[in-house]
Amino acid sequence: MELLGSAILILARWDVVAALLVGSVGGVIIGAIPGVGAAVAIAILLPATFSLDPIVGLSALLGIYGSSMYGGAIPAILINTPGTAVNALTTYEGTPMTERGEARRALSLAYSASFYGAVFSIVCLILLSPVLAWIAPMFGSREIFLAALLGVILVVLAHRGQILLAGMMAGFGIWLNTIGLETLQYSQRYTFGQTWLSGGVDLIVVVLGIFAISQAFVLLVEPDKRAHAEPITGGLLSGFKELAVYKRVAAASGSFGVMMGMIPGVGEFTAQFLSYTYAQKTSKTPEAFGKGSPEGLIASETANNAVPAAAMIPLLALGIPGEALTAMMLAVFYVHNVIPGPGLFQNQLDFVVAIYLALLVLNVLVLVFLLFSTNILLKVIEIPTRFIGMAVLTLSFVGVYSLRNSAIDCAMAAGFGIFGFIMKRFSLPIVPIILGMVLGGIMENKLRTSMMRVKTPFDFVDRPIAFLLFLIIIIVLASHAFGLWRGFRSSRESNR
Amino acid sequence: MRQSFNGTLAGSLDAHMTQQHEESTQRPGDLIFIALFVLFSIFLLSQLAAETRFVPNGKLVEQPRFWPAIGVLLMVGFGLAQIALRWRVKAGWDPGEVAVWLRAFEYLIWFMAYVAVVPVLGYLATTIAFTTSLAFRQGYRGVRNLGAAALLGLTIVLVFKTGLSVKIPGGAVYEYLHGPLRNFMIVNF
Repeated sequence: MELLGSAILILARWDVVAALLVGSVGGVIIGAIPGVGAAVAIAILLPATFSLDPIVGLSALLGIYGSSMYGGAIPAILINTPGTAVNALTTYEGTPMTERGEARRALSLAYSASFYGAVFSIVCLILLSPVLAWIAPMFGSREIFLAALLGVILVVLAHRGQILLAGMMAGFGIWLNTIGLETLQYSQRYTFGQTWLSGGVDLIVVVLGIFAISQAFVLLVEPDKRAHAEPITGGLLSGFKELAVYKRVAAASGSFGVMMGMIPGVGEFTAQFLSYTYAQKTSKTPEAFGKGSPEGLIASETANNAVPAAAMIPLLALGIPGEALTAMMLAVFYVHNVIPGPGLFQNQLDFVVAIYLALLVLNVLVLVFLLFSTNILLKVIEIPTRFIGMAVLTLSFVGVYSLRNSAIDCAMAAGFGIFGFIMKRFSLPIVPIILGMVLGGIMENKLRTSMMRVKTPFDFVDRPIAFLLFLIIIIVLASHAFGLWRGFRSSRESNR
Repeated sequence: MRQSFNGTLAGSLDAHMTQQHEESTQRPGDLIFIALFVLFSIFLLSQLAAETRFVPNGKLVEQPRFWPAIGVLLMVGFGLAQIALRWRVKAGWDPGEVAVWLRAFEYLIWFMAYVAVVPVLGYLATTIAFTTSLAFRQGYRGVRNLGAAALLGLTIVLVFKTGLSVKIPGGAVYEYLHGPLRNFMIVNF
């Protein structure tokens, strides 16, 4: 109770509440604009929060992180264009419902399912806290190294059909992170004698380049698009009643979201895939899926909104991000002198609880905002895409230049922008670059530290959690190799 | 997007999970881009000894060369494997794709020009000029459209520089202003 009181005190400030409000409302608006998304917004706004108090800056960015998917459902349902990538599945059910005149029902279901998924996940996070606080101190350097290694492996393997490319890009990220002065022997790495490379390549510069500037280039180069959506009439609260009818699907989807969110490198798409498959297989009307099934819509929106809070678990407890957005959130924490990891749960548990509460509050704010302003948000959808591209490019300048007032940073970000633009043209995986950078740095530090106490290779896995993580890595790699071998064998048999 | 729904959910979701991988096979030139990237990786590998240090008698994981080597070897290994697997499938090239890249380069130049002018003319004037002229370049005409672009620039400056006090220095031209006005412009715009 004392802990809760302390957490409430951290949040009970006008600037924190204002940041939560601006972040959550801003996140919904950004999510509703097709082609922008939370990654672009967080990348741009991150440097702008440097001057704010840690909890204020974190609240604003958490607001965007936790609310963008709510907004993304609006264009997915009304104009068959997902606002964020994770709303893609929502188009399968939302658009047919709109076509048969059930747009209000679809939106209402999406809002209530999203709210349920998010709250379900936050409650799980709160209930898991004591367990995390107990387990987190058991993670020493070698366990964190193995968890980061598992994260890299899972991120690469999650890119089905592009695993080799994802591995190549993860390697690129690991290499990028090593550029500059290394602090053990004080030697330069890959600076080619250039002093401006001695400080290394800043993660935020790379993130802004390959997420924000590249997206601006995409929007500016492609033909202008203007969408139009018909206004919604009537209330949007009825979705909660319908959600109660499909409570089994909602509970299962929320659980999938939490489980997949906790595993680094897996995230929303797998959670949606499992939830949607489960909902279809157990439905009395599986033939309705893809034609406007409310169960499919609930599965999609519940699962994707349950992931962000769950993804905070490995981030807060171990300091290990599972996907691009949590990698950015890790940068947010570092910038604001909050170091996620076992120490956070031991020394600043009230801060952790304050983050949970902030997530809870922002979901309530978002729901209230959406219930009253959906028709206003339709105007945002109608903004021409090239105009949005122009805004993103102009805002990207704020993000990069305010870091160090460096034109070299801007040039590097623009270079990564072109690189990201070409990668996007070919649909090549860009997320492994960011995770390679972040996890590569963690692995380098933790491996060095842990090897100081290790005499033989077996010593490395002589602690229970280290052994368990090592075993999981072996199982993941072996099962993937087995899958490849099975696929090779079946294709050879079919060729005969 | 919905048209691709054919009952094979795993297939369609897989496409989303791999960032709409099917598009990459429709747009020729990706293999050439990957080949260029692998060449860059091989160049980095060739520079490994020159650009990183090896400490005699030091532990392997403590070598400054260890992690750059892992990164570069992953790039080269996975890249060569990708080329070997894809080489026989298709290695087409569309000159139109280069034109699209060049159009993106044009906006890179716009961006760098913006970066170069801000320290001279100041954030406010440069941003309004940038958004308005870029809107004109994008084909927007008329007072309403160009006014909206100028308003966008003004709003960005008011939110970030005036409101959030982000670190963007005042323009050199502000030095020609007098006393309090000069300070006001440096602090807010």
